[in-house]
Amino acid sequence: MGLDCGCFSDERGKKLLEVIEAEKNNPGSLIKILHEAQEIYGYLPIEVQKFVSDHTGIPLAEIYGVVTFYAQFSLKPKGQYKINVCLGTACFVKGAERVLDRLKKELNMDVGDCTEDGKFSLDACRCVGACGLAPVIMINDDCYGRLVPDQIPGILARY
Amino acid sequence: MNTVNIKIDGVALTVPAGITVLEAARMANVTIPTLCFLKDINEIGACRMCVVEIKGARALQAACVYPVSEGLEILTSSQRVRDARKVTLELILSNHDRQCLTCVRSENCELQKLAKQLNVNDIRFKALTDKEMQDIDNSSPSIVRNNNKCVLCRRCVSVCQKVQTVSVIETIERGFRTRIGCAFDKPLGETSCVNCGQCVAVCPVGALTENSHVKRVWDAIADPDKYVVFQTAPAVRASIGEAFGLPIGTRSTGKMVSAIRMLGVDKIFDTDTGADMTIMEEGTELIHRIQNGGKLPMITSCSPGWIKFCEHNYPDFLDNLSTCKSPHEMFGAMLKTYYAKKMGIDPAKMYVVSVMPCTAKKFEAQREEMKNSSGYVDVDAVLTTRELAQMIGEAGIDYKSLPDSDFDDPMGNATGAAVIFGATGGVMEAALRTVADVLTGESAPMEKIDYVQVRGIEGIKEATVEVAGLKVRLAVASGLGNARKLLDSIRAGEAQYDFIEIMACPGGCVNGGGQIIQPSSVRSWTDLRTERAKILYEEDKALPIRKSHDNPAIKEMYSEFYGNPGSEIAHHDLHTHYIARGKY
Repeated sequence: MGLDCGCFSDERGKKLLEVIEAEKNNPGSLIKILHEAQEIYGYLPIEVQKFVSDHTGIPLAEIYGVVTFYAQFSLKPKGQYKINVCLGTACFVKGAERVLDRLKKELNMDVGDCTEDGKFSLDACRCVGACGLAPVIMINDDCYGRLVPDQIPGILARY
Repeated sequence: MNTVNIKIDGVALTVPAGITVLEAARMANVTIPTLCFLKDINEIGACRMCVVEIKGARALQAACVYPVSEGLEILTSSQRVRDARKVTLELILSNHDRQCLTCVRSENCELQKLAKQLNVNDIRFKALTDKEMQDIDNSSPSIVRNNNKCVLCRRCVSVCQKVQTVSVIETIERGFRTRIGCAFDKPLGETSCVNCGQCVAVCPVGALTENSHVKRVWDAIADPDKYVVFQTAPAVRASIGEAFGLPIGTRSTGKMVSAIRMLGVDKIFDTDTGADMTIMEEGTELIHRIQNGGKLPMITSCSPGWIKFCEHNYPDFLDNLSTCKSPHEMFGAMLKTYYAKKMGIDPAKMYVVSVMPCTAKKFEAQREEMKNSSGYVDVDAVLTTRELAQMIGEAGIDYKSLPDSDFDDPMGNATGAAVIFGATGGVMEAALRTVADVLTGESAPMEKIDYVQVRGIEGIKEATVEVAGLKVRLAVASGLGNARKLLDSIRAGEAQYDFIEIMACPGGCVNGGGQIIQPSSVRSWTDLRTERAKILYEEDKALPIRKSHDNPAIKEMYSEFYGNPGSEIAHHDLHTHYIARGKY
């Protein structure tokens, strides 16, 4: 996993521990803790989940169950530029899948993965509310609409 | 008691307030089908097999979680209800690996029974393709998980989390990808699973089974060079009859011995003799610790599920564990050393098979520490009660009509003290019988050897008994959730004890993960622990010798071979050590 060892003695670890200490006695606070943890580390690798388990007493299997249940939580690191391909109904019928396939091909990776240099990560998402521009992708906060697959290399080259 | 008036299928009833529709229907002799329901353990209304029509309610409701109230009118078998149940069941069957012909749970499968009961005579929806088949997890020496047969009832998850607090399995992902597994999808054998097998015991289908040793045992029996010795744990006799239609709570020790002899084994002994040896060693160890300021409380080490739980979760208590091997391992070690020598049998050719109510014994038998006494493994194969029943069935033996017979001499004559090992509190009581006599130098009369304070199915029992003028503070815990509570209270300094018995399974070995599986429709309403334990206490009462140190075979063994309990050779062969394992 992409975390340095001893990573919990640094600022990020201290911050996570503060969150856990403040929340751990509130019933149902696991999701909030995991959100904060993902905010701090960018994703939720096994080390982070074990850290949460150690300090909350919640079994690791239960934490993993929650993390894999919700699409918002990620087990893999995210890139500097997070690409989200909208697969909502409008985008889907307007050919979003072909756009996604082209992205996979250009970046040579699957949905959920991150490029080795950490630059791009690729995800599919539900409707982003820009159906008029379908098919749509988001790269961080930039929105690209009415796409055809051939536009993809040019868009990626801007980053 | 507050009561409410309800109507079930038009019949007026007065029932206690607060119960569920399912329970009320039972009182009216109306059977509502269930699948995920397991009383007190898994009451989540998830599978929708128990849906009923409630007058005034828009949707069908799950009877297992719907509370009765004044004036409630319930229809349990209307056309609407039957249709809904049937479609739900057909959908559950759609992605079930329907290998009923070769499934170990065939004829003891809650799903199969439902399909028949609900008159499903066609598979309308077929969803599971080869590509979607999940790998079978047989990484554990004890437990095999085949998720292709899993119906996602979550009974295994509940028992693992709520009852045992082992918590290594959980529901992973969602929708069509939902599956039961371990954190980060690690194979079960690489986790802190303790192999107790309570998950197997509550699985309604064939998704969870033991790692079978049946083939290797048949092979050994067929091998003319092998001298095959069977030993059976006390709890096995309290359950095996259930596999052949005997009522729960029927003692069939003699039939079991006859059946095993008919399998073609060379000798059939009673693990109870090993239990008597355990008492000699463990009792001596306790006295030594008390008299010499040793580590207290001393905690029993008979239950390999408890041992692994302790190694993962309470490594700070490892020095509190008795160093004694568990009874069947002691017995195996003795067979391959003392008995082999005495009988002139080459221990290399001796094949020891332990029949156990337990799946964790399979893990235990392959531990490195269990190979040191004779240079060979103490125990070569471990069969669960279920596997023995399979072998008896395969051999075509008509169990119910078998005559009784006795275990082979001299290792077959165990005591009442050993028999009660199978019930929670039994090891404690057996140890006290011996410790009391050793310390007073007298033989306590029969009416003074029943330590009823440590009997019964409560999860944690406490007592202080006076033994030879010495006040001994006792605690008995069964079920790992209870063990956790007890150990946490000791860690926190809230409780002090001298001697503790811990068994991994609730109620002790009689309710072990290797016992005959009773469906939810039986185990939700019958206390298997009490019914099976009753058999052992009856047998104890009926035996002429009820204290381990009075067993003539034990006396002979010590005088001819081991010297005294706790001697150097006894330590080498009959004791072990433990390993601190990681929490995950």
